[in-house]
Formats: sequence, structure tokens, C-alpha cells
Amino acid sequence: MGSCFYNSHLLVTQVNTCQLPPLCKQRRRQINGSQRAAKVVAYHGFKTPPYKLDALEPYISKRTLEIHWGALHCAYVEGLDKQLGKSDVLYGYTMDELVKATYNNGNPLPEFNNAAQVWNHDFFWESMQPGGGGMPIQGLLEQIEKDFGSFTKFRENFIEAALSLFGSGWVWLVLKREEKRLAVIKTSNAITPLVWDDIPIICLDMWEVSNYISPHLMLFLFHSSE
Amino acid sequence: MLGGQARGLQTVSLPDLPYECDALEPAISGEIMQIHHQKHHQTYVANTRLLPLLLQAISEADVSTNVQLQSTIKFNGGGHINHSISWKNLTPIIDGGGEPPREVLGSAIDSQFGSLEALIEKMNAEGAALQGSGWVITAKAFAINKVTNKTLLLQDPLITKGASLVPLLGIDVWEHAYYLQYKNARAEYLNNIWKVVNWKYASEVY
Repeated sequence: MGSCFYNSHLLVTQVNTCQLPPLCKQRRRQINGSQRAAKVVAYHGFKTPPYKLDALEPYISKRTLEIHWGALHCAYVEGLDKQLGKSDVLYGYTMDELVKATYNNGNPLPEFNNAAQVWNHDFFWESMQPGGGGMPIQGLLEQIEKDFGSFTKFRENFIEAALSLFGSGWVWLVLKREEKRLAVIKTSNAITPLVWDDIPIICLDMWEVSNYISPHLMLFLFHSSE
Repeated sequence: MLGGQARGLQTVSLPDLPYECDALEPAISGEIMQIHHQKHHQTYVANTRLLPLLLQAISEADVSTNVQLQSTIKFNGGGHINHSISWKNLTPIIDGGGEPPREVLGSAIDSQFGSLEALIEKMNAEGAALQGSGWVITAKAFAINKVTNKTLLLQDPLITKGASLVPLLGIDVWEHAYYLQYKNARAEYLNNIWKVVNWKYASEVY
């Protein structure tokens, strides 16, 4: 096992296979990155969604999640582990740091696709919750109303972005750090607003696999505590 | 004024599959062929019919509508072109699917790639490496009389890679082309599709 350098937290480099649950979790306050409560796992851990695989029915079927999470997301984690195993350079990075570092200012390194897709999918599962939907509350709702006019207008904006995305990609509600306002953005393939140092609030996976096996309506379920 | 545009409209239609939906099984399932043809390709056709609106936006100097429709039509028109060719690139095994190319095309492939297997390996590698959505194409570059392969992203038609390029064979690696059957095992899909490739058609084009 290598040594940790400048990071103040310990990282355990046990490799998780997709059959085992994630072994090691450690919470720490993140000094940058996303606003949500930070969970730092061994960076090649395969996190389970925070609900059972059938919990999002009828909107997203258990079958879809079994394949989308169990096979596809898992493949990204395994792919990433393989790449990270080959080199020490990226040792000790948290997922947020790894995504930004491998993005390499627009000239992505080979690890970027896997790293970003692992991050994106982790975030996607957390963007949804059983019995969710409804409205955001408090600060987020106020900000939405301020930046979009109303929650309905925001929702329309978001859906329009999703339906007009060509090919594979993601739709995001982000907080733009510089402009200090919310925005709906589309990204292609694995790109995530994290690379521009913006703060994702929720995301929607618009790769075909996301709604292919179970072609239901795109009713997304908000995580209301941001 | 719209008469000329309406003429164009009539020629954009969904071509029939040259075989039954399930005729390519087990390589490609009937379910995929049906949805791929009647839903995805049909959508590209329907959206390509927006062309008269683009012409109208141009004549009215409505720049923002113009730009938006241009990208819609590039995408959907490309999708229509690519898929129309791709149905002909496949054929049931009983009709010669998978039979290697002979004569002129066969020798061209052997001389340029070493063997058909080498070309297939290259196509599969490029197909597997493509991130996101696109196609891998074997084409003829008429200007230099050579067989070449190209990767296309999204629904860009081959012409965007070179004016003298003509597709001989295109393999769709969008997830919708294989997901229902192969899930995320794109490599397995690529290995299997060669069993139903229509080299006869490719030879005719060549």
C-alpha cells in the first residue's frame, strides 16, 4: 500500500469488485466541490444507490436500474480501477479531484471518461429518491424562482434541454459559481459541470440506456434537501 | 412559393426494411430491428421534414430559427441518410449475410488491410472505443480508389469526412442499436453483427 501525501484523510486502497458492497467510507467536510454532504469513499469504490432498485417504480424500473447501475455504472468503476492501478500519479485523489484533474483543462486524459461517468452516475442516483418529485424547498426554491421566474418555468426549461440533446449526454441544474446564479445546462458524453468548478444541484442521464429498457415518462424526482 | 418545397418534402420517407424484422436473428433481435426502424429512423425522417421551415426562416431572415433548424436538420437528416444505408448493409444469413466479399472489393481489402479479419478487427476496435454515440464506417475514397474506415459522431453523414467518400458498410454503435439485446456489451454486438453483413451490397457500391 502506498503512502498518502498531502491529503489529510486516509484512503484505503482495497479494490471493490462489483459483487461486494463498498468497504470503506469516511466522511469529511469538503473544502471545495459540491454542496451536498461529502462522502469520501475509497476512490474506486462502487457505491450503491441510496434506495432499493425497485424503489423508483413505476418511473424507472428495477430492470433498468439493474442494468444501468449494476452493469453499466459498475463497468465504469471497474474500468477506472484498472486504469488507476497502472499508475501512481492519480493516487490519493478524491472523486471530485480526480474528475477535475483528468479533465486536464479540456484535454482529457484517458481516465477522464471513466472517472466522470462514475461521478455522474453517483450523483444521478442521489438526484432521485423514492416518493420524491414535488417541489424543492427553502433556499433552493427561492433561488429557482429568482433565476427562472417560477418552478414551472424552470421545469419546462429543464425538459426542453433534455428533449433537445442530440446523442449521449446529461442535463444539469447547476449553480454557476462566478455568476452566482442557477442555470440549466446540457453536456455531452461524460462532461460534468464540475470541470468548470460549477456546483451541480441535480442531474438527469440522457444517454439512451437511461430510459431505454423501461421507456416511461421522464418524471424526475427531486432531492429536496439542497 | 411553397410548391417547390413541398416537392422536396414528398421524397423524404421511411424506406422499408429489405427483410422481416426478425430475419437477422440471432445476431440482431427482431425487437431491436422493429424499434430501430419504426421508432428511431421514423423520428429522423419526421424531423427531416422540417426542411421547409428552415427555408422559410432563411427567406424571412430569422437567424435564430435558421440556426436552430440547421442543427436539427443536420442531425436528423444525417440520421435518415445513415440508417437508410445501414438497412441495406445487413442481410439475413440465408441471403448471404456474413459471406465474405469477393472479386474487386475482396482483393482491395486484402491488399490494403492484409485480410478481411484485419479490417473487421480494426472496425471492432474503433467501434468499441467510440465514446458516446456514433457509427463506424468502411468506405471507398473514390478520389484515391481506396478502402478506408472512418468514425462518425452522432449522426454526421460520411460526406462530412470527405467529399469523395462513399459508405460501403456502416455499423451503428448508438446504444439503441444494441442495448435491448446486448445490454452494455457493445463488443459482443460488434462481434455478432458481422454474421449478417451484406458484402454483396458493399461490392455493388464499390
